[in-house]
Amino acid sequence: MEMRAVYAACLAEMMEKDKHVVILDADLGKASGTLSLRAKFPEQSFDCGVAEQDMASIAAGLSSYGFKPWIESFTPFATRRICDQIAISISYAKRNVKIVGTDPGISAELNGGTHMSMEDIGVIRSIPGMVIFEPVDEVQLRAAMPVLNEYDGPVYVRLFRKQLPVVFGEDYKFDLFKADTIKEGKDLTIFVSGMLTADVVEASKKLAEEGIDAEIINVHTIKPIDKGTVVASARKTGAVLTVENHNVIGGLQSAVLEALAMEKIPVVAVGVQDHFGEVGKLPYLREATGLTVENILASARKAVTLK
Amino acid sequence: MNYDLKEVCKDIRCDIMTCIGHLGVGHIGGCLSVVEALAVLYFKEMNIDPANPKMEGRDRFICSKGHAGPAVYATLANRGYFDKKELLTLNQGGTNLPSHCDMNRTIGIDMTTGSLGQGFSCAVGVALGSKLEKDGATIYAMIGDGESQEGQIWEAAMFAAAKKLDNLIAFTDYNKQQIDGTVAEVNDIAPLAEKWAAFGWNVIDVEDGNDVEQVEKAVEHAKLGRDSGKPTMIILNTLKGCGVKWIEDMGSGNHNCPVSEEQAEAAIREIRGED
Repeated sequence: MEMRAVYAACLAEMMEKDKHVVILDADLGKASGTLSLRAKFPEQSFDCGVAEQDMASIAAGLSSYGFKPWIESFTPFATRRICDQIAISISYAKRNVKIVGTDPGISAELNGGTHMSMEDIGVIRSIPGMVIFEPVDEVQLRAAMPVLNEYDGPVYVRLFRKQLPVVFGEDYKFDLFKADTIKEGKDLTIFVSGMLTADVVEASKKLAEEGIDAEIINVHTIKPIDKGTVVASARKTGAVLTVENHNVIGGLQSAVLEALAMEKIPVVAVGVQDHFGEVGKLPYLREATGLTVENILASARKAVTLK
Repeated sequence: MNYDLKEVCKDIRCDIMTCIGHLGVGHIGGCLSVVEALAVLYFKEMNIDPANPKMEGRDRFICSKGHAGPAVYATLANRGYFDKKELLTLNQGGTNLPSHCDMNRTIGIDMTTGSLGQGFSCAVGVALGSKLEKDGATIYAMIGDGESQEGQIWEAAMFAAAKKLDNLIAFTDYNKQQIDGTVAEVNDIAPLAEKWAAFGWNVIDVEDGNDVEQVEKAVEHAKLGRDSGKPTMIILNTLKGCGVKWIEDMGSGNHNCPVSEEQAEAAIREIRGED
């Protein structure tokens, strides 16, 4: 199932139960999969038109009236474009608004560099009060949606729109503030979030064939990072690889490095090396940015040799 | 209770002078220009209860030009939301009265504002919320004329008209001055009434926005538009620094300027007509 379909289905369920759950779009209801909810919930679903700043502050106003607004746009327009509205109208004012950015990083594909956010986690991570969540698959997203809705505060959700390989089993239990150990290991820890998690799982199987036993930790909530889990795992394995569909500056690597600042543990990063995106399909963009299983393997080997 | 609104305006102006004079500096010009609107709203038109500031279904005022915080605080204190002595804590470390309005700090403040343009969109969200709740509240918002250069103001104007938010009554404090000079020189917003009308709003142009009777009449008139399907903009042609001659004469220089305690005391005598 596409991630946006899961997202829309979860919203529909929440809107059915609670008339204070409302969604606001900026002319991307079709893209985010929520357009169909308009007919069913006309008093809970609004289109602000191409006016993301207005959408963010309207949501803050609705929140002050007891509503639980979800706002949506493509990742760059849900973050860097409305950074001040998120900072002041939403987080500084302690408003309960959920901000959903779709098509993170290279997944913007054919929309190209202008629509490709490599910096959104960095932008939002530096705003006090914000929580940042990036789901791995539909199982995690389905488990997270009601938890996010009940969390009384602003959350940025970095949502891959289309289908993703399923990583978690149906018995998966979600804790917003606890990182998930997908696989235990002893030779290095790979920290990963979002769409690249399945690639890391695949890479870990190849590493095992080479005799490298990787621990995989899914940092689904990048802020606040689960420092306890991150530090304990890094100390146990003694080597770290971070894997992210984002600039290596400001994103998961930065968050992990901050958590490990007092540790003498080598950290290697797979991620976008501080450049903008470009147009293309995912296979091309993966090669162009080094977000490939091959690069994960090479980087994992490197991290182990640095121990 | 019926208040003498002209006297209320004097009390609010004097308290603005006292708290900014005590601090030594502040956004004095744009505080003094909005006094009549605040007096009319808080002492006559708004359905509020200072003893129950979070009363359900209350009318709300959102000061999108958040730097007029001291004028709102003086109004709230005079209306009984909190002790007037608290006004002397304005902008001191740890105060509940920061220069720009903060809903999490100040009793009676319903929205955090200060980053210009945003408060107006928030007010539109509040008006939408009230419509959805069908609680019959009227939502008031005050925007600055300089603030009207923000694109977000016009995004919000479009949305409010498109969604037929006739429970929203906004004011523009059209004092014609901003930090770098006159609004006309910096980036002219004229013709303002025509712009709002073109955006689908009812527009009431008040010749003298510092004449409390004219403001009162305009708000009464605006309330009649409740079922018109349109939000209403009341353009208040005001004087920045109104009520204190030397501040008025500074023009754009009075946006945020030093005020000594002696100057404040003299200004209070002038406002009271004691000179």
